[in-house]
Amino acid sequence: MHARADAPDTAPTWPDDIFAALQRFDVRQVPYVPDAGHSKLIQHVLESPTMRGIPLTTEEEGVALLAGAWTGGQRGVLLMQSSGVGNCINMLSLIPILRFPFLTLVTMRGEWGEFNPWQVPMGSTTQGVFELSGVKVLRASNAAEVPAVLEAAASQAYNALTPTAVLLSQRLIGAKVFTK
Amino acid sequence: MSKANLLDRRQVVSTLLANRKDAVAIGGLGASTNDMCAAGDHARNFYLWGGMGGAAMIGLGLALAQPQLPVLVITGDGEMLMGMGSLATIGLQKPPNLSIAVLDNEAYGETGGQTSHTSAAADLVGIARACGIEDSRAVTTMAEVEAFADTVHDVSAGPRFANVKIDSAGLERILPSRDGTYILNRLRRDLGFQPI
Repeated sequence: MHARADAPDTAPTWPDDIFAALQRFDVRQVPYVPDAGHSKLIQHVLESPTMRGIPLTTEEEGVALLAGAWTGGQRGVLLMQSSGVGNCINMLSLIPILRFPFLTLVTMRGEWGEFNPWQVPMGSTTQGVFELSGVKVLRASNAAEVPAVLEAAASQAYNALTPTAVLLSQRLIGAKVFTK
Repeated sequence: MSKANLLDRRQVVSTLLANRKDAVAIGGLGASTNDMCAAGDHARNFYLWGGMGGAAMIGLGLALAQPQLPVLVITGDGEMLMGMGSLATIGLQKPPNLSIAVLDNEAYGETGGQTSHTSAAADLVGIARACGIEDSRAVTTMAEVEAFADTVHDVSAGPRFANVKIDSAGLERILPSRDGTYILNRLRRDLGFQPI
């Protein structure tokens, strides 16, 4: 058993800020592999009349899906955890080849108070993998900077076709608490 | 390879696209994308030269964005096996305008003809059906190919999946454009979308 440290009455509001930004940029397709840090945002997406949440079996499916969505005139955003970034590597080659708008929001594991050593290797290489693959990396480390980071990321991804990943720090999300 | 009555891949793809109307066709990495070009270049052909395993997901994204548009993914058994999870993702979304045709020669033709999993064990029709794609067909005759080609235009009854057993003869390569940006923007323009 494990649980987040947040009690319901102290649930974070930064996922609401992310959702508002995605709405403002007319994002329509939201492929995701679930992560606890994305759970509130995923809930918003699934309840939204304008967005379609699309659960994936593995993250690279989402990269290809966004290429297809853009071909059909829709913007999308890929939600995943840092461990899923490695799964995407070859499919990220579609982005410079096809030049479609690519935005991904990545909840970080393997940093800031991590309990599970198995999360650390991929968490440590997440930013490097993106940069080597031609994806610009922005980071949000506290709730106050989430709206500005999302605005900048969505702007450059959708307006300038600059592939962009936003890393949502484990410090922002809160380290996962494992209890027996 | 020695099995009788296997279909000719070029004839299969030509038949799938003969009366395509407004359909978009996405060709998976490998000979499938060449077969599409051999049937005649078209602004609504989306040729893939990479991203192995991604063809069906590109089809899903496009099908969801344009629900009135018939979207046909034409790919090989190796490419489909690499993206097998996408059948579960598609089975969950159930886009009614998406069709997938796998050209199954039971081999990795581009890399020396090594046998694929479909040669002995994996049943892609069973996998697609078990993933929730109820209209999943094993196709072994040209009449069945023609019937499948007709259903592609019914955008209310998919998703549908056909596994077409083809012979593994190596054919002359007919190469489409390798410029992904050109291919995608030509297609977007044909669908009425402007450049950014």
